[in-house]
Amino acid sequence: MIPLQAALICLFLLFIPGAARAHKPSDSYLTLHVSTAPAVPDSAASATSRERPVIDGRWDIALRDLDFAIGLDTDGDGQLTWNEVRSRHADIAGYAMPRLGLAPGCRLRVTGQQVDHHTDGAYTVLLLQGDCQPGAAVTIDYKLFAGLDAQHRGMVNLTVDGRSQSAVLGGDHTRLVAGGGDGGAWRQASGYLRHGIWHIWTGYDHILFLLSLLLPAVLAQGWRPALADVLRVVTAFTLAHSITLSLAALQVVALPSRLIEAAIAASVAIAAFNNIWPLVQGKRWLAAFAFGLLHGFGFAGVLGDLGLPKGATVLALATFNIGVELGQLAIVAAFVPLAYAMRSTRFYKLFLVKGGSAGIAVLAMVWLVERATV
Amino acid sequence: MKLATSSIRSAALARAMCRAMAMVALPLPALSAPYVPQSGTEVLETLPRRGTAASATLLRQRAQLAAAPRDPAVAAEAAQRYIELGRASSDPRYFGYAQAALAPWWNAVAPPVPVLLLRATLLQSSHRFAEAIRDLDAVTRADPTNAQAWLTLATVQVVRGEYDAAVRSCGRLSSLADQLASMTCLANARAGSGQLAASERLLALALQRSDMGVGGEAGAESASRAGLRLWAMTILGELAARRGDAAVAEQRFRQALGLAPDDSYLLGACADLLLDQGRHAEVLVLLRDHLRVDSLLLRHTIAVQRGSLVPAPVAASAIAELQARFDAAARRGDTIHQREQARFELKLRHNAHAALGLALANWQVQKEPADLRILLEAALAAHDPAAARPALAWRRQQGMEDSSIAKLAHALEGGAP
Repeated sequence: MIPLQAALICLFLLFIPGAARAHKPSDSYLTLHVSTAPAVPDSAASATSRERPVIDGRWDIALRDLDFAIGLDTDGDGQLTWNEVRSRHADIAGYAMPRLGLAPGCRLRVTGQQVDHHTDGAYTVLLLQGDCQPGAAVTIDYKLFAGLDAQHRGMVNLTVDGRSQSAVLGGDHTRLVAGGGDGGAWRQASGYLRHGIWHIWTGYDHILFLLSLLLPAVLAQGWRPALADVLRVVTAFTLAHSITLSLAALQVVALPSRLIEAAIAASVAIAAFNNIWPLVQGKRWLAAFAFGLLHGFGFAGVLGDLGLPKGATVLALATFNIGVELGQLAIVAAFVPLAYAMRSTRFYKLFLVKGGSAGIAVLAMVWLVERATV
Repeated sequence: MKLATSSIRSAALARAMCRAMAMVALPLPALSAPYVPQSGTEVLETLPRRGTAASATLLRQRAQLAAAPRDPAVAAEAAQRYIELGRASSDPRYFGYAQAALAPWWNAVAPPVPVLLLRATLLQSSHRFAEAIRDLDAVTRADPTNAQAWLTLATVQVVRGEYDAAVRSCGRLSSLADQLASMTCLANARAGSGQLAASERLLALALQRSDMGVGGEAGAESASRAGLRLWAMTILGELAARRGDAAVAEQRFRQALGLAPDDSYLLGACADLLLDQGRHAEVLVLLRDHLRVDSLLLRHTIAVQRGSLVPAPVAASAIAELQARFDAAARRGDTIHQREQARFELKLRHNAHAALGLALANWQVQKEPADLRILLEAALAAHDPAAARPALAWRRQQGMEDSSIAKLAHALEGGAP
């Protein structure tokens, strides 16, 4: 079988001589994979775990085009050898990378260069790795060979968490924003909305604080007072953290984030202890409001890490906040009916309220120590 | 006999190169795994035109352009040079370089006349004919004695099937340029509209006369004169082929190839003539060194497949290579190869419906005899004569003469094939 195939290849060569490479307009091929898989939650990191998107990819650029731009044929014999090409790897990367026009918020570095062939000849393959600030979208303003070859195009394939988008960049169309044609405001907003929801769901300190307040809330007599108590607590928490989130995000107030994170841990511990040895009883909504102010500063820290684009702050703030509220409502909607159904059982009163709160309190104390001493 | 010896020589060469070349010759998927070459002396790429006088001129022009990018004279000179190189080598990258030289005026409403003329030429080369005509109209308004503009305009009009307008443009040329230029222009324009035999006779006569006057010019003038004669001979060959006189057509094509053995348009015309006569092996010999050009690889592959000259898997590799090239163009959004792509679908993929779709789209853009021919062939193969009806009506109205098109039209209009 193998000799036959070899024979066929040789026969093929007879009819398609060596120079069967196409004449075609100049293209480069850029493939980027961005993955924003959240980090594995582990103790302290869990509360502040931010998604830090990781990029890897490759960029195939024709050797002939690079030679036209920066001259690779050092001995001038019209033939590019691997030695000639690799001696210019640093220059190639130095020429190409700034012309990719990667927006701040993401970084890419060339980890190596190899060789591949396309229909029109040999290409250098820039192997790329990098990352983005959490929430920053990969944005490209493609300018490779722009002043030299007006018909050069970059064939870009960008995959973010399994979703691919393709674009032909160059000429009058040089910009590509991951996740949305030219970065529509709504796309951006929906991104912040998702981040808001995601943050409250993966921010265990916020959830545990809310649960600590809700555990005893359903113990009121009758479903009306119970529901009223839940509403008061949730509304107070929401109002409070919305106020401080806005103040911090609009940079009216700035507090050191380590202090805030430690104080949040303390708030969770206090709320949990209050269920075991009640200090504040009737007016839990007041506690929800007071500590909610703290949690708002925590959310603002996340929003800052997401790399807010200028001019989008108010929209980002609003949608992020709405995301937090939606995520919080989902938790309440899942927890309250269950808790209400079980509230008269000994299991609930003893095991969940007292035992659960004790567990939360211990966990919160651990966080407090970690955050205060890091 | 010539084929036999050349095949034996090639076979020996192929055996020698086989091990080294196997990787390059195998068709590669869109993005294969990149590799690190094993040896530092391995040649990865052969660059075009190095170390020649022409490339030295090019370097000097690039330096001038870099120093004065907004000087229209410098930019026009560089662009002109790139366009010539692009035409001579059928390498579209040069058109991109030319366009970059014209970048300061590319979207301008009223660039200087030399820039405008070159912009039109580039628009024409990317089949943006309406915009090319707009620019050429502007040039001829600003400078009615610009012979090149009238000639280019006439050429674009012929490609679009606007024969009356083309004849008028050639008429303007006749008072500005020499006889051969205006006669070639006229023959090209009138052959489309029912005056094929007369056009051919007149053009043959003009070429004969200009033969006698050859000599005495120097440098650029003799070069442009040679280009003009080549164009005249090519058209003369095409007219004979359309008349159905394959022997005379071949003789004229071979004569022209003697002057310009690498002219891809001419090679394509000659290959088509041979394909029509079933001389597949000769097509392989003719095109074997020109497979970088898509349209020539297409004809080569058709000859390979039709002639059953190699085992099926080898032909399949060539088809895959062509497909990869069409895919690469499609990724860019280029549609300038629709005629070739229709032919590819029809002759090599045997997908008549796809071919018909492409041929119809192509017909909206350009109306040369080859465009009509592939449309009729596809309609016939797809058993869809209705799709060809508007084009057939257009043909009758213009009185376009072409023996192979006449046979196809007859078959589609109900006659025996």
